[in-house]
Amino acid sequence: MAEYVIETPKGKWEIVCGLEIHCQIISKSKIYSGASTAFGAEVNEHVSFVDAGMPGMLPTLNRECVHQAVKTGIGLRAKINKYSNFSRKNYFYADLPQGYQITQFAYPIVGEGEVLIDLAGGQTKSIGIERMHIEQDAGKSIHDIDPKKSFIDLNRAGVGLMEIVTKPDFRAPEEAGAFLKKLRSILRYLGTCDGNMDEGSMRCDVNVSVRPYGSDELRTRCEMKNVNSIKFVMQAIENEARRHVDIYESGGTVAQETRHFDPLTGQTKVMRKKEFAHDYRYFPEPDLAPLVLTDDYINQVRSELPELPDEKKERFVSQLGLTPYDAVVICENKETADFFEKAAAGHDAKKVANWFMGDFFGMLNEKKLELKESPVSAENLGRLVELVSQNVINGKTAKEVFAIMAETGENPEKIVEEKGLKQVTDTSAIEAVIDEVLAAAPENVAAYKGGKQGLFGWFVGQVMKASKGKANPGIVNQLLKEKLG
Amino acid sequence: MAIDTETVRKIAFLSRLRIENSKIEETEKEFNHILDWIEQLNDVDTDNVEPLESVNDEALSLREDVVCEGNQRDEVLQNAPDAAYGYFVVPKVVE
Repeated sequence: MAEYVIETPKGKWEIVCGLEIHCQIISKSKIYSGASTAFGAEVNEHVSFVDAGMPGMLPTLNRECVHQAVKTGIGLRAKINKYSNFSRKNYFYADLPQGYQITQFAYPIVGEGEVLIDLAGGQTKSIGIERMHIEQDAGKSIHDIDPKKSFIDLNRAGVGLMEIVTKPDFRAPEEAGAFLKKLRSILRYLGTCDGNMDEGSMRCDVNVSVRPYGSDELRTRCEMKNVNSIKFVMQAIENEARRHVDIYESGGTVAQETRHFDPLTGQTKVMRKKEFAHDYRYFPEPDLAPLVLTDDYINQVRSELPELPDEKKERFVSQLGLTPYDAVVICENKETADFFEKAAAGHDAKKVANWFMGDFFGMLNEKKLELKESPVSAENLGRLVELVSQNVINGKTAKEVFAIMAETGENPEKIVEEKGLKQVTDTSAIEAVIDEVLAAAPENVAAYKGGKQGLFGWFVGQVMKASKGKANPGIVNQLLKEKLG
Repeated sequence: MAIDTETVRKIAFLSRLRIENSKIEETEKEFNHILDWIEQLNDVDTDNVEPLESVNDEALSLREDVVCEGNQRDEVLQNAPDAAYGYFVVPKVVE
């Protein structure tokens, strides 16, 4: 990928960006209480007295949240810390009834790791993971019911979160976009977070600074909280970096602050000064003992891991012969990869991939269907490709058959049989057709032999037409060449 | 370490506690008394002593991932100074 440089008449600048991503843990109950995490309940129905911050209520850690976090850590190729502990992060906000968030601070459950991102042209880049810790989510505030009051729903309060912090390794907005896509893909493969940024189950804070191109200094950064789509994250990085460049080039200094990204304008504006608001007065959580994991436990979780997108992509390239680009696209989503693998089983995988990414997805888009609603099953797609490979039908007929499959869901062999679409590969039958065509057009035969080579295509067309499209084009070409000398 | 008036005001703000101006000086003294008392611990030789995380020397017990609480909105809202439509209602908080 081309380097991303901000160039102005005064100089060249590069971006230094890191991300913090909050990912809601998939579990039935909350991280410190037995209330449900299910989305869409009536207001304040999924609230225990722990979540409501009632005096004397004690948190107990959810085993499944620990399991999901360890699984995620392994998926991030990260060090799992056998010892971690919990801290209180103190701040006042109406959607945090305890007045503190139970999180992990000095000793997070997951340490340094790495995510490979897929860039244009099949390139990859490694993005460092600094750490990942587990904590509780806050409730939701609604500000637009009453001009003077805020309304608080605690259903989300206490849902488990994994906060993933990257190293400041992003040098271009596209890299951050590629990272979020890859992270979402990994989380969904693992089943530890559903990764829907638009529903808030994955939320991204973006840290941006700039520096003169080629230097290794780290300048003051600004943080943009809760940027809620991949597109907006990329836009926020680009615009915030430009703002920094403008400030530096006009002789100013960038203040460390939290800024709000406005999706309507694409610009950022200041939210709060960091040093004051961020006095969280962390201290060890007295209600939870440190979390100690054993090697046996970690290995057990490791053995439960499914094949992840990187490994799957590698296998599709090396064993199935796919291009890295096709493999990345197919492997991004586990259901897509599974469907493809089922379709490709026992057939020419490269050809199945072409059909899959071309006509098949074109059909789904046109019909506005999800993959799981496809009228064409994976097996039938594979069978169709096989019919072409075996020269039973030619490519053009295959498209007709596919169109029928998309309408009826029928199996392609049956369609070919019933409609009599089998390709004619019998040389003598094709020869007979060719002889007819040539006999009917003596002028063109003469013209061709006299040097009008361009007529060859016309002859092929006539023969295909006369055979109702069922003649094998390769054989037609070959025989025509022989006959026309 | 000594606490000054400014620190008292800041801690009061962070804790959302209102301390009248007339009480600031008294609070400052109280804070400093507490700190002096705690600082006596510095006299103890803690070389070769592991930090103590908790006086309960037992492993963290985990709970199973089972939904066993909730559906008690009325009780949850019972002590709220204000509630409507099932929500807690608070003075407007927008940053």
